[in-house]
Amino acid sequence: MNHNHFDVIVIGAGPAGLTVGIYLSRGKMKTLILNEGAVGGQTVLTHEIANYPGIEKISGFQLARTMKAQALNFGCTIKSNVRITKLEIGNNIKTVEINGKDLFTSDSVILATGGKSRSLNVPGEEEFKGKGISYCATCDGDFFQDKNIIVVGGGNSALEEAVSLTKYANSVTVVHQFDHFQAFPQAVEEAKNNPKIRFLMESKIIEFNGNERLEKVKIHNQSSNEIIEKPIDGVFILIGYEPNTEKLKGIIELNERNEIVTNDKMETKIRGVYAAGDSTAKRYRQITTAVADGTIAALGAIEYLNTKKFKNVV
Amino acid sequence: MLQTNLTHLTSEEKFNQTLKENENVMVCCGRMGPMCIPVYEAMEELQPTYKNVKFADMEFDSVTGNVIRSLPETKNFNGLPFTVYFKNGKVVKATSSIQSIDQITEILDANFGK
Repeated sequence: MNHNHFDVIVIGAGPAGLTVGIYLSRGKMKTLILNEGAVGGQTVLTHEIANYPGIEKISGFQLARTMKAQALNFGCTIKSNVRITKLEIGNNIKTVEINGKDLFTSDSVILATGGKSRSLNVPGEEEFKGKGISYCATCDGDFFQDKNIIVVGGGNSALEEAVSLTKYANSVTVVHQFDHFQAFPQAVEEAKNNPKIRFLMESKIIEFNGNERLEKVKIHNQSSNEIIEKPIDGVFILIGYEPNTEKLKGIIELNERNEIVTNDKMETKIRGVYAAGDSTAKRYRQITTAVADGTIAALGAIEYLNTKKFKNVV
Repeated sequence: MLQTNLTHLTSEEKFNQTLKENENVMVCCGRMGPMCIPVYEAMEELQPTYKNVKFADMEFDSVTGNVIRSLPETKNFNGLPFTVYFKNGKVVKATSSIQSIDQITEILDANFGK
Protein backbone atom coordinates (compact mmCIF):
# COMPACT_ATOMS: atom_id res chain seq x y z
CA MET A 1 0.00 0.00 0.00
CA ASN A 2 1.34 3.45 -0.97
CA HIS A 3 1.52 6.00 1.84
CA ASN A 4 2.21 9.73 1.68
CA HIS A 5 1.91 12.54 4.23
CA PHE A 6 0.56 16.01 3.35
CA ASP A 7 0.05 19.20 5.33
CA VAL A 8 -3.55 19.36 4.14
CA ILE A 9 -5.85 16.95 2.32
CA VAL A 10 -8.78 18.61 0.56
CA ILE A 11 -11.75 16.45 -0.33
CA GLY A 12 -13.53 17.87 -3.35
CA ALA A 13 -12.34 19.72 -6.45
CA GLY A 14 -15.08 22.21 -7.18
CA PRO A 15 -14.43 25.98 -6.91
CA ALA A 16 -14.13 25.74 -3.10
CA GLY A 17 -11.64 22.85 -3.13
CA LEU A 18 -9.60 24.30 -5.99
CA THR A 19 -9.42 27.69 -4.25
CA VAL A 20 -8.12 25.94 -1.15
CA GLY A 21 -5.57 24.19 -3.38
CA ILE A 22 -4.45 27.50 -4.89
CA TYR A 23 -4.07 29.29 -1.55
CA LEU A 24 -2.38 26.44 0.31
CA SER A 25 0.04 25.50 -2.44
CA ARG A 26 0.97 29.11 -2.98
CA GLY A 27 1.57 29.26 0.79
CA LYS A 28 4.02 26.33 0.34
CA MET A 29 1.79 23.87 2.14
CA LYS A 30 2.01 20.33 0.79
CA THR A 31 -1.53 19.89 -0.43
CA LEU A 32 -3.47 16.99 -1.89
CA ILE A 33 -6.92 17.34 -3.45
CA LEU A 34 -8.95 14.16 -3.75
CA ASN A 35 -12.11 14.19 -5.83
CA GLU A 36 -14.63 11.43 -6.41
CA GLY A 37 -15.84 12.82 -9.75
CA ALA A 38 -14.65 15.12 -12.50
CA VAL A 39 -12.72 18.25 -11.47
CA GLY A 40 -14.91 21.35 -11.35
CA GLY A 41 -17.94 19.96 -9.53
CA GLN A 42 -21.21 21.72 -10.31
CA THR A 43 -19.32 24.46 -12.17
CA VAL A 44 -18.96 22.28 -15.26
CA LEU A 45 -22.76 22.05 -15.34
CA THR A 46 -22.90 25.74 -16.18
CA HIS A 47 -22.56 26.63 -19.84
CA GLU A 48 -21.96 30.31 -19.32
CA ILE A 49 -20.95 32.26 -16.23
CA ALA A 50 -21.46 36.00 -16.50
CA ASN A 51 -21.42 37.10 -12.86
CA TYR A 52 -17.92 36.07 -11.78
CA PRO A 53 -16.21 39.38 -10.98
CA GLY A 54 -13.32 40.20 -13.25
CA ILE A 55 -14.39 37.83 -15.99
CA GLU A 56 -17.12 39.07 -18.31
CA LYS A 57 -18.10 35.70 -19.70
CA ILE A 58 -16.66 32.20 -19.35
CA SER A 59 -17.89 28.62 -19.58
CA GLY A 60 -18.02 26.64 -16.35
CA PHE A 61 -15.66 24.08 -17.87
CA GLN A 62 -13.09 26.73 -18.76
CA LEU A 63 -13.27 28.40 -15.34
CA ALA A 64 -12.79 25.06 -13.57
CA ARG A 65 -9.96 24.16 -15.91
CA THR A 66 -8.19 27.46 -15.21
CA MET A 67 -8.61 27.03 -11.44
CA LYS A 68 -7.20 23.50 -11.71
CA ALA A 69 -4.21 24.72 -13.72
CA GLN A 70 -3.57 27.48 -11.16
CA ALA A 71 -3.59 24.98 -8.28
CA LEU A 72 -1.31 22.56 -10.17
CA ASN A 73 1.10 25.34 -11.13
CA PHE A 74 1.53 26.25 -7.47
CA GLY A 75 2.44 22.62 -6.72
CA CYS A 76 -0.85 21.15 -5.56
CA THR A 77 -1.43 17.42 -6.18
CA ILE A 78 -4.87 16.56 -7.58
CA LYS A 79 -6.31 13.08 -7.89
CA SER A 80 -9.76 12.98 -9.50
CA ASN A 81 -12.25 10.17 -10.08
CA VAL A 82 -11.01 8.37 -7.00
CA ARG A 83 -13.14 6.42 -4.52
CA ILE A 84 -12.69 7.41 -0.87
CA THR A 85 -12.78 4.15 1.02
CA LYS A 86 -11.75 5.30 4.50
CA LEU A 87 -11.89 8.64 6.27
CA GLU A 88 -10.53 9.05 9.80
CA ILE A 89 -10.31 12.70 10.77
CA GLY A 90 -10.96 12.71 14.51
CA ASN A 91 -7.32 12.44 15.56
CA ASN A 92 -4.38 14.80 15.40
CA ILE A 93 -3.16 13.03 12.26
CA LYS A 94 -5.93 12.53 9.72
CA THR A 95 -6.11 9.47 7.46
CA VAL A 96 -7.76 9.10 4.04
CA GLU A 97 -7.69 5.91 1.99
CA ILE A 98 -8.64 5.85 -1.69
CA ASN A 99 -9.65 2.98 -3.94
CA GLY A 100 -9.06 0.57 -1.06
CA LYS A 101 -5.30 0.73 -1.59
CA ASP A 102 -3.65 4.14 -1.35
CA LEU A 103 -3.31 5.69 2.10
CA PHE A 104 -2.69 9.38 2.76
CA THR A 105 -2.22 11.18 6.05
CA SER A 106 -2.31 14.88 6.87
CA ASP A 107 -2.33 17.42 9.70
CA SER A 108 -5.48 19.09 8.48
CA VAL A 109 -8.46 18.21 6.27
CA ILE A 110 -10.75 20.54 4.35
CA LEU A 111 -14.10 19.12 3.28
CA ALA A 112 -15.31 20.68 0.05
CA THR A 113 -17.48 17.85 -1.19
CA GLY A 114 -20.02 20.05 -2.99
CA GLY A 115 -23.45 19.02 -4.13
CA LYS A 116 -25.14 16.92 -6.75
CA SER A 117 -28.36 17.14 -8.77
CA ARG A 118 -31.29 15.75 -6.88
CA SER A 119 -33.03 12.80 -8.44
CA LEU A 120 -36.61 11.71 -7.84
CA ASN A 121 -35.56 8.18 -6.79
CA VAL A 122 -38.66 6.55 -8.23
CA PRO A 123 -38.99 3.32 -10.27
CA GLY A 124 -37.73 3.61 -13.86
CA GLU A 125 -35.60 6.72 -13.33
CA GLU A 126 -32.24 4.98 -13.69
CA GLU A 127 -33.47 2.76 -16.54
CA PHE A 128 -34.62 5.67 -18.73
CA LYS A 129 -31.77 8.07 -17.99
CA GLY A 130 -30.60 9.23 -21.43
CA LYS A 131 -33.57 7.47 -23.02
CA GLY A 132 -36.13 10.13 -22.20
CA ILE A 133 -35.00 11.33 -18.78
CA SER A 134 -32.52 14.18 -18.66
CA TYR A 135 -31.05 16.51 -16.05
CA CYS A 136 -29.64 19.07 -18.49
CA ALA A 137 -31.95 21.06 -20.75
CA THR A 138 -29.13 22.79 -22.62
CA CYS A 139 -27.46 19.44 -23.37
CA ASP A 140 -30.45 17.40 -24.47
CA GLY A 141 -33.16 19.91 -25.40
CA ASP A 142 -32.64 19.51 -29.14
CA PHE A 143 -33.50 15.78 -28.97
CA PHE A 144 -37.08 16.81 -28.21
CA GLN A 145 -38.00 18.81 -31.29
CA ASP A 146 -41.82 18.90 -31.61
CA LYS A 147 -42.20 16.48 -28.70
CA ASN A 148 -44.28 16.66 -25.55
CA ILE A 149 -42.18 16.92 -22.43
CA ILE A 150 -42.36 17.43 -18.69
CA VAL A 151 -40.13 19.61 -16.52
CA VAL A 152 -40.11 18.61 -12.86
CA GLY A 153 -39.48 21.38 -10.33
CA GLY A 154 -40.57 24.83 -9.26
CA GLY A 155 -37.35 26.76 -8.74
CA ASN A 156 -35.61 29.23 -11.02
CA SER A 157 -33.75 26.53 -12.98
CA ALA A 158 -36.90 24.54 -13.63
CA LEU A 159 -38.98 27.50 -14.87
CA GLU A 160 -36.18 29.10 -16.88
CA GLU A 161 -35.36 25.79 -18.54
CA ALA A 162 -39.07 25.12 -19.18
CA VAL A 163 -39.23 28.38 -21.12
CA SER A 164 -36.00 27.58 -22.95
CA LEU A 165 -37.26 24.09 -23.88
CA THR A 166 -40.29 25.59 -25.65
CA LYS A 167 -37.83 26.48 -28.46
CA TYR A 168 -37.85 22.78 -29.32
CA ALA A 169 -40.84 21.10 -27.72
CA ASN A 170 -44.43 21.08 -28.83
CA SER A 171 -45.61 21.32 -25.24
CA VAL A 172 -43.98 21.57 -21.81
CA THR A 173 -45.81 20.53 -18.65
CA VAL A 174 -44.30 21.74 -15.39
CA VAL A 175 -44.94 19.23 -12.63
CA HIS A 176 -44.38 20.68 -9.18
CA GLN A 177 -45.00 19.14 -5.77
CA PHE A 178 -46.20 22.33 -4.05
CA ASP A 179 -49.08 24.74 -4.75
CA HIS A 180 -46.63 27.62 -5.26
CA PHE A 181 -43.25 28.12 -6.96
CA GLN A 182 -39.88 28.81 -5.31
CA ALA A 183 -38.67 30.72 -8.38
CA PHE A 184 -38.39 34.50 -8.59
CA PRO A 185 -41.67 36.23 -9.65
CA GLN A 186 -40.27 37.26 -13.04
CA ALA A 187 -39.36 33.63 -13.87
CA VAL A 188 -42.84 32.50 -12.83
CA GLU A 189 -44.46 35.23 -14.91
CA GLU A 190 -42.42 34.40 -17.99
CA ALA A 191 -43.33 30.72 -17.72
CA LYS A 192 -47.02 31.50 -17.15
CA ASN A 193 -47.10 33.80 -20.17
CA ASN A 194 -45.67 31.13 -22.47
CA PRO A 195 -48.53 29.49 -24.40
CA LYS A 196 -46.64 26.21 -24.74
CA ILE A 197 -46.32 25.73 -20.97
CA ARG A 198 -48.97 24.25 -18.71
CA PHE A 199 -48.77 23.39 -15.02
CA LEU A 200 -49.58 20.43 -12.81
CA MET A 201 -49.27 21.70 -9.25
CA GLU A 202 -49.22 19.64 -6.04
CA SER A 203 -48.18 16.69 -8.16
CA LYS A 204 -45.35 14.19 -8.15
CA ILE A 205 -44.08 11.70 -10.71
CA ILE A 206 -44.14 8.34 -8.99
CA GLU A 207 -43.09 6.02 -11.83
CA PHE A 208 -41.48 6.07 -15.29
CA ASN A 209 -42.56 3.48 -17.86
CA GLY A 210 -41.72 2.47 -21.40
CA ASN A 211 -40.02 -0.19 -23.45
CA GLU A 212 -36.75 0.81 -25.06
CA ARG A 213 -37.36 4.46 -24.27
CA LEU A 214 -39.56 6.47 -21.92
CA GLU A 215 -43.20 6.42 -23.03
CA LYS A 216 -45.32 7.41 -20.03
CA VAL A 217 -45.24 8.53 -16.43
CA LYS A 218 -47.51 7.98 -13.45
CA ILE A 219 -48.35 11.21 -11.65
CA HIS A 220 -49.85 11.46 -8.17
CA ASN A 221 -51.93 14.55 -7.48
CA GLN A 222 -51.47 15.11 -3.77
CA SER A 223 -54.49 17.35 -3.42
CA SER A 224 -57.06 15.02 -5.02
CA ASN A 225 -55.09 11.82 -4.26
CA GLU A 226 -55.68 10.86 -7.89
CA ILE A 227 -53.08 8.94 -9.92
CA ILE A 228 -52.98 9.62 -13.64
CA GLU A 229 -50.94 8.02 -16.41
CA LYS A 230 -49.55 10.52 -18.90
CA PRO A 231 -47.93 9.59 -22.23
CA ILE A 232 -44.74 11.62 -22.60
CA ASP A 233 -41.63 11.82 -24.80
CA GLY A 234 -39.22 13.27 -22.28
CA VAL A 235 -38.82 14.43 -18.69
CA PHE A 236 -36.30 16.97 -17.44
CA ILE A 237 -35.67 16.70 -13.71
CA LEU A 238 -34.57 20.07 -12.32
CA ILE A 239 -35.27 19.90 -8.59
CA GLY A 240 -32.11 21.43 -7.23
CA TYR A 241 -29.11 20.04 -5.46
CA GLU A 242 -28.28 18.13 -2.32
CA PRO A 243 -24.98 18.10 -0.43
CA ASN A 244 -22.51 15.30 -1.05
CA THR A 245 -22.16 14.37 2.59
CA GLU A 246 -23.27 10.72 2.73
CA LYS A 247 -19.77 9.56 3.62
CA LEU A 248 -19.49 12.17 6.37
CA LYS A 249 -22.47 10.94 8.40
CA GLY A 250 -21.35 9.97 11.88
CA ILE A 251 -17.95 11.58 11.27
CA ILE A 252 -18.78 15.27 11.22
CA GLU A 253 -21.68 17.38 12.50
CA LEU A 254 -24.40 17.72 9.85
CA ASN A 255 -27.64 19.67 10.12
CA GLU A 256 -31.15 18.40 9.27
CA ARG A 257 -30.48 19.03 5.58
CA ASN A 258 -27.26 16.99 5.74
CA GLU A 259 -25.12 20.11 5.33
CA ILE A 260 -21.81 20.44 7.20
CA VAL A 261 -22.01 22.77 10.18
CA THR A 262 -19.16 25.29 10.46
CA ASN A 263 -18.50 28.55 12.26
CA ASP A 264 -17.68 31.79 10.44
CA LYS A 265 -14.03 30.65 10.12
CA MET A 266 -15.23 27.57 8.24
CA GLU A 267 -14.08 25.41 11.17
CA THR A 268 -15.97 22.26 12.09
CA LYS A 269 -16.05 21.00 15.66
CA ILE A 270 -13.08 18.69 14.95
CA ARG A 271 -9.72 20.41 15.40
CA GLY A 272 -7.91 20.84 12.12
CA VAL A 273 -10.97 20.02 10.04
CA TYR A 274 -12.56 22.77 7.95
CA ALA A 275 -15.36 22.78 5.39
CA ALA A 276 -16.11 25.01 2.42
CA GLY A 277 -18.51 25.41 -0.48
CA ASP A 278 -21.90 23.94 -1.35
CA SER A 279 -21.76 21.09 1.17
CA THR A 280 -21.79 23.53 4.09
CA ALA A 281 -24.82 25.02 5.81
CA LYS A 282 -25.35 28.45 4.29
CA ARG A 283 -27.93 30.58 2.55
CA TYR A 284 -26.45 31.33 -0.87
CA ARG A 285 -24.70 28.84 -3.13
CA GLN A 286 -22.72 30.58 -5.83
CA ILE A 287 -19.26 30.09 -7.32
CA THR A 288 -18.24 33.33 -5.63
CA THR A 289 -19.43 32.15 -2.20
CA ALA A 290 -17.66 28.80 -2.67
CA VAL A 291 -14.45 30.62 -3.57
CA ALA A 292 -14.84 32.85 -0.50
CA ASP A 293 -15.39 29.82 1.76
CA GLY A 294 -12.34 28.15 0.26
CA THR A 295 -10.21 31.20 0.93
CA ILE A 296 -11.32 31.42 4.57
CA ALA A 297 -10.84 27.68 5.13
CA ALA A 298 -7.38 27.73 3.54
CA LEU A 299 -6.21 30.70 5.61
CA GLY A 300 -7.65 29.06 8.72
CA ALA A 301 -5.80 25.83 7.96
CA ILE A 302 -2.52 27.71 7.41
CA GLU A 303 -2.96 29.42 10.80
CA TYR A 304 -3.80 26.08 12.42
CA LEU A 305 -0.74 24.38 10.89
CA ASN A 306 1.58 27.22 11.89
CA THR A 307 0.31 27.12 15.47
CA LYS A 308 0.67 23.35 15.53
CA LYS A 309 4.25 23.52 14.25
CA PHE A 310 5.11 26.29 16.75
CA LYS A 311 3.76 24.16 19.62
CA ASN A 312 5.82 21.20 18.42
CA VAL A 313 8.96 23.35 18.33
CA VAL A 314 8.36 24.77 21.82
CA MET B 1 -12.64 20.46 -31.65
CA LEU B 2 -13.09 18.59 -28.36
CA GLN B 3 -10.62 19.65 -25.69
CA THR B 4 -9.50 16.25 -24.41
CA ASN B 5 -6.28 14.27 -24.59
CA LEU B 6 -8.11 11.34 -26.15
CA THR B 7 -7.73 10.35 -29.79
CA HIS B 8 -10.05 12.55 -31.86
CA LEU B 9 -11.95 10.67 -34.56
CA THR B 10 -12.45 13.45 -37.04
CA SER B 11 -13.42 11.48 -40.13
CA GLU B 12 -15.26 8.30 -40.97
CA GLU B 13 -12.04 6.98 -42.48
CA LYS B 14 -10.18 7.51 -39.19
CA PHE B 15 -13.04 5.91 -37.28
CA ASN B 16 -12.97 2.79 -39.52
CA GLN B 17 -9.20 2.61 -39.36
CA THR B 18 -9.26 2.83 -35.52
CA LEU B 19 -11.75 -0.02 -35.31
CA LYS B 20 -9.66 -2.07 -37.75
CA GLU B 21 -6.38 -1.51 -35.91
CA ASN B 22 -7.65 -1.97 -32.34
CA GLU B 23 -9.44 -4.95 -30.84
CA ASN B 24 -11.07 -2.89 -28.07
CA VAL B 25 -12.30 0.64 -28.68
CA MET B 26 -14.34 3.04 -26.53
CA VAL B 27 -15.77 6.05 -28.36
CA CYS B 28 -17.48 8.90 -26.56
CA CYS B 29 -19.50 11.03 -28.96
CA GLY B 30 -20.56 14.33 -27.44
CA ARG B 31 -19.89 18.01 -26.89
CA MET B 32 -17.76 19.84 -24.31
CA GLY B 33 -20.89 20.02 -22.15
CA PRO B 34 -21.93 19.21 -18.59
CA MET B 35 -22.94 15.61 -19.18
CA CYS B 36 -20.02 14.80 -21.52
CA ILE B 37 -17.05 16.30 -19.63
CA PRO B 38 -17.23 13.81 -16.71
CA VAL B 39 -17.16 10.90 -19.20
CA TYR B 40 -14.17 12.34 -21.08
CA GLU B 41 -12.38 12.92 -17.79
CA ALA B 42 -13.05 9.36 -16.64
CA MET B 43 -11.67 8.08 -19.97
CA GLU B 44 -8.54 10.20 -19.54
CA GLU B 45 -8.07 8.77 -16.05
CA LEU B 46 -8.59 5.18 -17.21
CA GLN B 47 -6.44 5.45 -20.34
CA PRO B 48 -3.12 4.58 -18.62
CA THR B 49 -4.62 1.57 -16.83
CA TYR B 50 -6.43 0.01 -19.78
CA LYS B 51 -3.59 -0.29 -22.28
CA ASN B 52 -5.65 -2.86 -24.21
CA VAL B 53 -8.34 -0.28 -25.01
CA LYS B 54 -8.23 2.59 -27.49
CA PHE B 55 -10.00 5.61 -25.97
CA ALA B 56 -11.39 8.03 -28.55
CA ASP B 57 -13.85 10.87 -28.84
CA MET B 58 -15.96 12.26 -31.64
CA GLU B 59 -17.86 15.51 -32.07
CA PHE B 60 -21.58 14.85 -31.86
CA ASP B 61 -22.54 17.66 -34.23
CA SER B 62 -20.01 16.76 -36.93
CA VAL B 63 -20.71 14.82 -40.09
CA THR B 64 -18.54 12.02 -38.65
CA GLY B 65 -20.78 11.92 -35.57
CA ASN B 66 -23.38 10.33 -37.81
CA VAL B 67 -21.54 6.98 -37.66
CA ILE B 68 -22.40 6.82 -33.95
CA ARG B 69 -25.79 8.56 -34.18
CA SER B 70 -27.01 6.12 -36.83
CA LEU B 71 -26.06 2.89 -35.05
CA PRO B 72 -29.07 0.67 -34.23
CA GLU B 73 -27.75 0.52 -30.64
CA THR B 74 -28.15 4.30 -30.20
CA LYS B 75 -31.50 4.74 -31.92
CA ASN B 76 -33.38 5.22 -28.63
CA PHE B 77 -30.78 7.52 -27.10
CA ASN B 78 -31.60 11.14 -26.37
CA GLY B 79 -29.09 12.10 -23.72
CA LEU B 80 -25.55 13.25 -24.41
CA PRO B 81 -22.98 11.81 -24.65
CA PHE B 82 -23.47 8.64 -26.71
CA THR B 83 -20.74 6.22 -25.61
CA VAL B 84 -20.11 3.06 -27.64
CA TYR B 85 -17.78 0.15 -26.92
CA PHE B 86 -16.49 -1.89 -29.87
CA LYS B 87 -14.80 -5.31 -29.84
CA ASN B 88 -13.32 -6.46 -33.13
CA GLY B 89 -15.35 -3.76 -34.86
CA LYS B 90 -18.66 -4.89 -33.37
CA VAL B 91 -20.71 -2.97 -30.79
CA VAL B 92 -20.66 -4.77 -27.45
CA LYS B 93 -22.22 -2.04 -25.31
CA ALA B 94 -23.64 1.47 -25.71
CA THR B 95 -24.67 3.98 -23.06
CA SER B 96 -26.48 7.31 -23.14
CA SER B 97 -26.02 10.36 -20.87
CA ILE B 98 -23.52 10.92 -18.06
CA GLN B 99 -21.75 7.86 -16.61
CA SER B 100 -19.55 7.60 -13.52
CA ILE B 101 -16.04 6.18 -13.62
CA ASP B 102 -17.32 3.12 -11.75
CA GLN B 103 -20.01 2.47 -14.38
CA ILE B 104 -17.43 2.83 -17.16
CA THR B 105 -14.93 0.59 -15.37
CA GLU B 106 -17.58 -2.09 -14.95
CA ILE B 107 -18.29 -2.07 -18.70
CA LEU B 108 -14.58 -2.11 -19.62
CA ASP B 109 -13.90 -5.02 -17.27
CA ALA B 110 -16.93 -6.97 -18.43
CA ASN B 111 -16.20 -6.57 -22.13
CA PHE B 112 -12.48 -6.03 -22.52
CA GLY B 113 -10.78 -7.18 -19.30
CA LYS B 114 -7.72 -5.28 -18.05
